[in-house]
Amino acid sequence: MTLSDVELQLKAIALRRGMLRLIVHAGAGHIGGGLSCMDILNVLYNRVLQVSPETFAEPEHDRYVQSKGHCVEALYAVLADRGFFPSSDLNTVCRYQSPYVGHPTRHIPGIEMNTGALGHGLPICVGMALAGKREGAAYRVFTLLGDGELAEGSNWEAALAAAHYQLDNLTAILDHNSLQITGPTREVMSHEPLADKWRAFGWSVRTVNGHDYAELTRALSDPPAPGQPTFVLANTVKGKGVSFMENLASWHHRVPSEAELTAALTELAAAERRLRATP
Amino acid sequence: MFSPAAQAMAERLGLTLGRANVDEFAATLEQLGRTDPNLLVVTSDSRGSGKLAPFGQALPRQLVEVGIAEQNLVGITAGLAACGKKPFGVSPSCFLTARALEQIKNDVCYSDVPAVLVGLSAGVSYGALGTTHHSLHDLAVLRAIHNLAIIVPADNLETREAVRFAAAAARPVFLRLGKAPLFDLHAPGTRFAAGQAITLRDGGEVALIATGETVIHALLAAARLAERGLAARVLSLHTIKPLDTEAVLKAGRECRAVITVEEHLVHGGLGEACAAVLLQAGVSKPFRIVGIPDEETVTGSQADIFRHYGVSMEGLSELAVSLFTVA
Ligand SMILES: [Mg+2]
Repeated sequence: MTLSDVELQLKAIALRRGMLRLIVHAGAGHIGGGLSCMDILNVLYNRVLQVSPETFAEPEHDRYVQSKGHCVEALYAVLADRGFFPSSDLNTVCRYQSPYVGHPTRHIPGIEMNTGALGHGLPICVGMALAGKREGAAYRVFTLLGDGELAEGSNWEAALAAAHYQLDNLTAILDHNSLQITGPTREVMSHEPLADKWRAFGWSVRTVNGHDYAELTRALSDPPAPGQPTFVLANTVKGKGVSFMENLASWHHRVPSEAELTAALTELAAAERRLRATP
Repeated sequence: MFSPAAQAMAERLGLTLGRANVDEFAATLEQLGRTDPNLLVVTSDSRGSGKLAPFGQALPRQLVEVGIAEQNLVGITAGLAACGKKPFGVSPSCFLTARALEQIKNDVCYSDVPAVLVGLSAGVSYGALGTTHHSLHDLAVLRAIHNLAIIVPADNLETREAVRFAAAAARPVFLRLGKAPLFDLHAPGTRFAAGQAITLRDGGEVALIATGETVIHALLAAARLAERGLAARVLSLHTIKPLDTEAVLKAGRECRAVITVEEHLVHGGLGEACAAVLLQAGVSKPFRIVGIPDEETVTGSQADIFRHYGVSMEGLSELAVSLFTVA
């Protein structure tokens, strides 16, 4: 199951399409952040994570905990594509009595932990990575953080602990789209220089374009610096892939109208044609 | 902890002093840890308070220190539990159940991992250190969270059994421990089952339903009431959730009055839990909740505070008598 960069990019277009339809159907969802982290999830689940529907229950599989739980629609789209559950299940997202809640829960195959309140994923992953270290297990542990989320102090408690315990089996990925619900993160609560901060906390930092498949693959697959947890600072665009949603905080959790959905799908179709025409 | 009269009563009852529940907890955990390498202890600079330094020395690979960071403590505990470990996250209850409440709710209870959380020096165990160090809210907030067994042992036997139960549990458990040496209330071999109250004394006049470190005071009060010809029933309601509703209802139906006793604010704890059970079953008897009232807690040792608010042989027996006088 080795997909080329172009094949993965084509998949990303299909995943974005599926996520947009899902959100419109559900009448709810976090669209801007879902689009900004979709390429990261695509690379994780199709190139990096040693996990599949068959191996999910086994102790040795790689762990992924989505700390920015509100972008669950992107994760649902990726997990369905990987065969963890039928895509048709996604018609029930947020519906009465559906197990597909608007944030990740372990009732859904492929989801490790219930998240949704911010600042929880990294401490949990420190525990998971510690369990792996104490076991001598080979699995790796990944979490995805939002940049607004970094204002939660619990992240920094966990950052200390991960370095203290030399958790080189742990990777935290930052979906650095520079926006949060209120507006630009630097205006809400500035936290730059991020790379310096994480380095100062004892992490090995890799800065990448969060929509570049080669860069993401290297950053997520290359061996870690021995004894250091890895921080992947992925610079992303909120709303990536739909021009009229890009870089707008107002698309944080707005649900597109039918006309906006059509316009978005038309753009994605054009992007797909361009990609297929590329030699 | 006891007035001379209460001390004399304990002697008449043949009670012997055991150790602090926290000591019993640490010893039991070390014993279990020696045979189960998956059993871990997670501390937030709290191995001293938890009496876990010997555990750490004996089983260094089974201790995780996270520093003074309770949110991280609970998150890490949950992550360990999700990956096949049996972690006991141990921290003073005042910090654990307030600062890290969201982690308890989401990472442990909602995610449903087999983690154990241990609230140390609970209630007013820290005495004169004051309100920052008291946990008079913990039962109330934890009762309001789904999927958490809450156990408050009254003596060393209950502690030992509760730790064993928690170590084997497949779902989240919270243990609430104090640090004062306690009288042994139960004969060796007394059966302990989570969720089942233990009847320490039978009687049909007044039911004293108590939990944790207040149970001894209820027992002494019952003995004093017996001297006055009032037969009091005493229940150790060690499991706050799931509550032994059968025992509470039986006590309410069979006794003429009910008094609940807890080292907790009078809101949201054992007393209100029992009141809800009784009232919804249509059992209405004279009923009093004894605990710490809704005010800035008086300064003093745990014993001072108990005595001040009537959590004592004298206070409880006088309250029981007054219920019958008024009625
Ligand atoms: Mg953001």
